[in-house]
Order: sequence, then C-alpha cells, then structure tokens
Amino acid sequence: MLQTLKILYHQGKQYIPDLRAAKVPGIFLGRPEISLEKVDETRLADVCPTNAILTGPVRIDLGKCTFCAECSRLFPKKIKFTTDYRLTTNERSRLIIHEGDTTALILNPDLVRKEIRKLFSGSLKLRQVSAAGDNSTELELNAAGNVNFDMGRYGIEFVASPRHADGIVITGPVSENMAEPLQITYDAIPSPKIIILAGCDAISGGIFEGSPALNRKFIEENHIDLYIPGNPVHPLTFINGVLDLLGIAP
Amino acid sequence: MNSLTLNNHQTVPVAGIPESDYKTFLDYNTGLIIDHPERHCVLYFGYRTNDKIRLIICIADDNEHNILVSATVVAEDSVLDSFSAKVLAFEKFEREIHENFGIKYTDHPWLKPVRYSYSRADKTETISNYPFYSVDSEELHEVGVGPVHAGIIEPGHFRFVCNGEQILHLEIQLGYQHRGVEKLFLEKKKLIQRTILAESIAGDSVIGHTSAFAFLLESMVGLPLSSELLFCRTLAQELERIAIHTGDLSAICTDIAYQLGSSVLGRLRTPIINFFQEWCGNRLAKGLIRAGYNPYPFTRALADRLTTILDAFEPDFKEINDEISRLPSSLSRFERTGMLNYEQLLNIGTVGMSARMNTLVRDIRISHPYGLYSEFNHEPVIKHHGDVYSRVQIRKQEVLQSIAYIRQLMADLPESAGSPQKPFVLLPDSFGISLTEGWRGEICHACITDHSGEMQIYKIKDPSFHNWLALALAVRNNEISDFPVSNKSFDLSYCGHDL
Repeated sequence: MLQTLKILYHQGKQYIPDLRAAKVPGIFLGRPEISLEKVDETRLADVCPTNAILTGPVRIDLGKCTFCAECSRLFPKKIKFTTDYRLTTNERSRLIIHEGDTTALILNPDLVRKEIRKLFSGSLKLRQVSAAGDNSTELELNAAGNVNFDMGRYGIEFVASPRHADGIVITGPVSENMAEPLQITYDAIPSPKIIILAGCDAISGGIFEGSPALNRKFIEENHIDLYIPGNPVHPLTFINGVLDLLGIAP
Repeated sequence: MNSLTLNNHQTVPVAGIPESDYKTFLDYNTGLIIDHPERHCVLYFGYRTNDKIRLIICIADDNEHNILVSATVVAEDSVLDSFSAKVLAFEKFEREIHENFGIKYTDHPWLKPVRYSYSRADKTETISNYPFYSVDSEELHEVGVGPVHAGIIEPGHFRFVCNGEQILHLEIQLGYQHRGVEKLFLEKKKLIQRTILAESIAGDSVIGHTSAFAFLLESMVGLPLSSELLFCRTLAQELERIAIHTGDLSAICTDIAYQLGSSVLGRLRTPIINFFQEWCGNRLAKGLIRAGYNPYPFTRALADRLTTILDAFEPDFKEINDEISRLPSSLSRFERTGMLNYEQLLNIGTVGMSARMNTLVRDIRISHPYGLYSEFNHEPVIKHHGDVYSRVQIRKQEVLQSIAYIRQLMADLPESAGSPQKPFVLLPDSFGISLTEGWRGEICHACITDHSGEMQIYKIKDPSFHNWLALALAVRNNEISDFPVSNKSFDLSYCGHDL
C-alpha cells in the first residue's frame, strides 16, 4: 500500500489541464500555410507523394496530405507547416488550404446534424474500426484516453461493443477484406450514429489511393460527420475535433 | 549446388545467384538448416519470369554473419515436395507461394491462404470462407473472436477450439489488413512515395521498416553512408524500442487489470514519443528516416533534452517494474502462461524477442550488425522460460539496455552531412537484401531490379510473419481468459503481416 502511494506520488501531475489551449512541443507538423510567392507549380505538385498539392492556384488537400513536409523542405518560402493541430472539419472541401489562408480550420455549422449536439454533448461513446490502418492512428487514439490527454473528462470514450456506441471512428484506407466487417460493425450501432474518419488513409486512401486491394464504397456512400487529417492523427487534433462537433465550447 | 554469400545491406548482380533444379534446391537448403540452429530462413519468395516462377531463398547464418542466397525455376502448375514437411518454419512462405502463384505441394501440412491478396491465384477463395480446422465433438466448443476486436486494435480472426475454459487449439486467420503494399512499391516510382509506403507498412515499427528500406535502396544505388545517418538510425531504433516496449508493458498491465501499472507505463511512453516529435515533428517518427540523407540533424540541444527525459524516465520506469515483479497478483498471471520451449521456437522459425524469451538467440544487431551496433558489444537479453513473464522481463531489460546505448551514442555527436542532390538511380539487374532488428525482431526487405534499373519485385517480411504461429501454439492448454495477456505480451503486427 505504502509503495503504491509512493509510486503515485512520484508521477506528479500528468494530465494536460486545458486540452483546448495546449501547446505541442517541438516542431509539430500541423496546419500548413501557403504564401503568395511565385514558384514553378508543376514542380511543386510533383514532389508530393499523394497528389495532395493542387495547382492554379496552389492549394493543399489535407485529406490527402501525409504531412511528410517534403514540399516545405524543397519550397520553404512557399509552404510552411505551423504547429496548429486544429485540422478538423465536417465538410470535405474545407480540408483544402488555399494560398494566403492563415486561419484555423472550422466546422460548417449548417452541416452538423441537430441530434448530434442534443444527444451526445454530455456523453459520446465511440466504436473504433481499423480498416487496414497501419496501427499509427490506432496508437494515437488509444493515447487520447490515457492519463495525459484524458478525453474521458468530457464523457468521450471508446467502447468495446458497437451496441454501446453512438458512432464509429474509421482508420485506414478500407481494404477489400475489411469492407464487410466494417459494414457489419456500422450496422450494429443503434441510430442516430456518427461517422468519423481519422487520418489521411481513411479520408482519401492516402498513399494507398488507387490500390486494387481497397474497397472504399462505405466511405463514398455514407454521410461523414467529421474529417480528422493526420498521419497519424495527433490526440489533440482528435479530441479538439470531436469537441467542436459536439459544440463543447473552448 | 551452392549459394551466393551476401552480407547484410549488400547488392549483387541478380545473375550471380546460383540456380538448380527444384529437388537439389530443396535438399541443399533444408540440409543447411536441419541440425543447424544458427541458420534460419529470413526470406523465401517467388516471382514471375516469362511463364515460369523463380523461387529465391535467403538463409541467414548467425555465426558467419552472412546470408546464403540460391534459386530455382519451376513451372506455374508445378506440384512440388514441400520444405515445410522437413522444416516447419517454411509453412507460411510456402502458403504464400501457393496463394500467389497456385503452385501445389504434395506434403504441406495445411496449404491455406495467408492474406487473401487481391492478386491471388484462386479468386474463388474469399476471406469469409476460410477453411478453419475444426473438431467434430459433443464436448468441445468453438469460440470465434474478431476480425473487429474489443479495443482500438487492428483486425484479425481468432478461432479457438476449447474444452470448457481450456484452449485446445487456436487458429489465427489474417489478411483483413491487406493493402497491396508490395505491388505499390513497383507502381509508385517516386522515392518519396516509396518512403511513405515503407513508413506505412507497420505504424508501430516506422524506424525498423523505413530503415530497412533506406539501407536497401542506398545499397542498390551504391551510396556511401555518412556516420550521421548510421548514428541517427541506430539511436532512433533504440528509442522506438523504448517507446513500444513501454507502451506494451502498460497494455499488459491493462490485461491483468493492474490499473496503476497501466497508467504509469502509459504516461511514461509519452515523453519518449514526444521527443520524436521534437526531433522530427511526428510522435511515431514518420518523416525521420529518409534514404540517402538525414532531414533532421541531431543537435547538441536535442541530446541535452533527451538526456533530461531519460534521466526522469529511468527511475520511474524501474520503480513500477520492480512493483510489478513483486506483486503476487501479477506474477500469478504472468508465470507459466503462454509458454513455448526452445524446440518449438526453433521449429516455428521464431525471431526477435519472441525467440529470445527461451534461449533462442535471434538478434540481427549481433548476428548481422548494421548502423553503429558493432560498436556496442551488444549482448542480447535472453530469458529461459518462454512465458509471459519472460516477455515482460525482456521488454523491461531491453528498455534499460536501450537507454544505456543511447547515452553511449550521445557522448559523441556526428557532424551534419547535409542533404543530397543526386538523383536516386537503382543499379540494373541487381538483387539486394536488408535486415534490421526492430523491436519485434528481424525485419527483412529485398528488391530485384530489371535491366533498366526499375524495381521488378519488392519483398517485405515483418517478424510477425514468423511469430503469429508462436502465439497460436503458446496458448494451448491455457485458460481462454489468459489469451489477452499472452497476445499482448507478443504484440504482433497485423498490417505488417498482411501488407
């Protein structure tokens, strides 16, 4: 018993007090900013591994971006990754960053279904399905519930059974072999239910886009409530995104 | 017949690989392995040349520190005698060859699909009708778990045959994570695309797989490696080992319902992966390893920061591990649970920490050293019981060992070698192989180029490819309620297996 108390004491305070205003250490690769500088756009677009850079004018699609920062390494004056981890939105087109954009991504309030905030803002239970995810975003979603990030303080939790869940969080590009299990899991969740895509693989297929081993029908045919970019998704990106969706004020 | 002798991270002309008829190939290579525990197969694969299938085998010799490579050519509709009947460790390699090309074997114990690859030979086999082993019995029952599991974890199906609470048999069916990675390596031609692919093979082994990829490509380009590259990859590999072992110890505590251990070890992982972010901008070190250059120099300031982090980490890590080893309630769950003996491990072809848990020394850091490992006088952590507790202790001791290595490395920081501007052109008609020791065990990447220097085949083998069978055998005769802790103590990769 004394030993247990001693260990507890040695941990000090580990939780992040304010998840809405926390600063990430070091050189986090968050929301990119594109300057108005003139560059060879074709060359710029060509350095991107996932065709996330669009031209005429230059834009970056965060749904495809793997945050490898190859573009900002080769074109440091044109593209800069900021430490802003708020990368979440609920409209696919809002994931596209334009030249000169310097403001954080926000949700389109008109697209948030009314019942979501009414039913889930006090308690949201989520079922996670890794559909050919590489276990990086999965590790970070686990971390979102640990003693540091502790998203349980807002009543947001991952649960074991889809029957207990209010929504599904999908990671990975969705392989053909996972298409059916994903559908079965989603069908087992009682309505109303939400769909969250976590990571660039889930949103667009990422580096796997176009692979014949994928089957993205589920993603294409269902209404997506939240897009969370990242490779992997940072726990703060995930938690803040879900809080935004639930309308829990900063 | 003989084999071509290669060093780790060496590239040779593909024409130099000796070829013989299948019977000679089979006898010669099984002869190399039977009664030679110092040798094991690191890679055995096939690829199409004209209308035939060329099979290439790579056998690592731990004592001689080299890799023995040989080949044979067979027809697509061949019916062959199997390696597996003589050496069980080949069972999955041959299943993969059967799945990809339709080659049949006369005496393979269970010629079942491996991952239901989209390019498989027999499209009538689908993942929803996998031929499970079953027992027709009034007393026994089956328990099916997955593919979607109770936690935030990758998918795979476990089928138990149980007598009451006791597991008699476990069969593990994988393939749900198949993304076609090996084919994408050929189709995506830009170096950065291939690098991102390597980072995505298994997101918990980013350093292990991306280093294997980078070393391989550098050897296939003929690029000399700067001491900075070797330094950063060695340090990053040990840091990844610390992070994942710590996280796994936390999860093992979760599985025995020891909340304090789970929380403390969970939070101890955070500063380590946050250090990766301070270094390269990503908590799982995506972006850190690049073929040909080091994008994020390891500065004196970073070294000081890491020293501070490790100084704070080490006493807390030791304290909680001492407590875990003291608690009867944890020891009673760990000891004699999920056991394998030396012969089983050897037969299965187990690698990495899962081999070292019972006196089988498989550690690329000592058998085929690369990076700066030859400077450490590395002594693998070896345990003698092959149970969950052995795997817990290996993780604990390897974390402390890695901390010591990192401190030793940081005493002497290398100069930054700058970034490359040379285009990356692979040598034509070449074969290269690369082994690294990730935290799970040996990772193997191999590549063959055609006459124009284009990749003709890219092969990846995660340690989990060998080790899943070890888990299936380890839980026999255990209570089914002990399965989660056994599973987590191995912590094998689904996506690394399914590719």
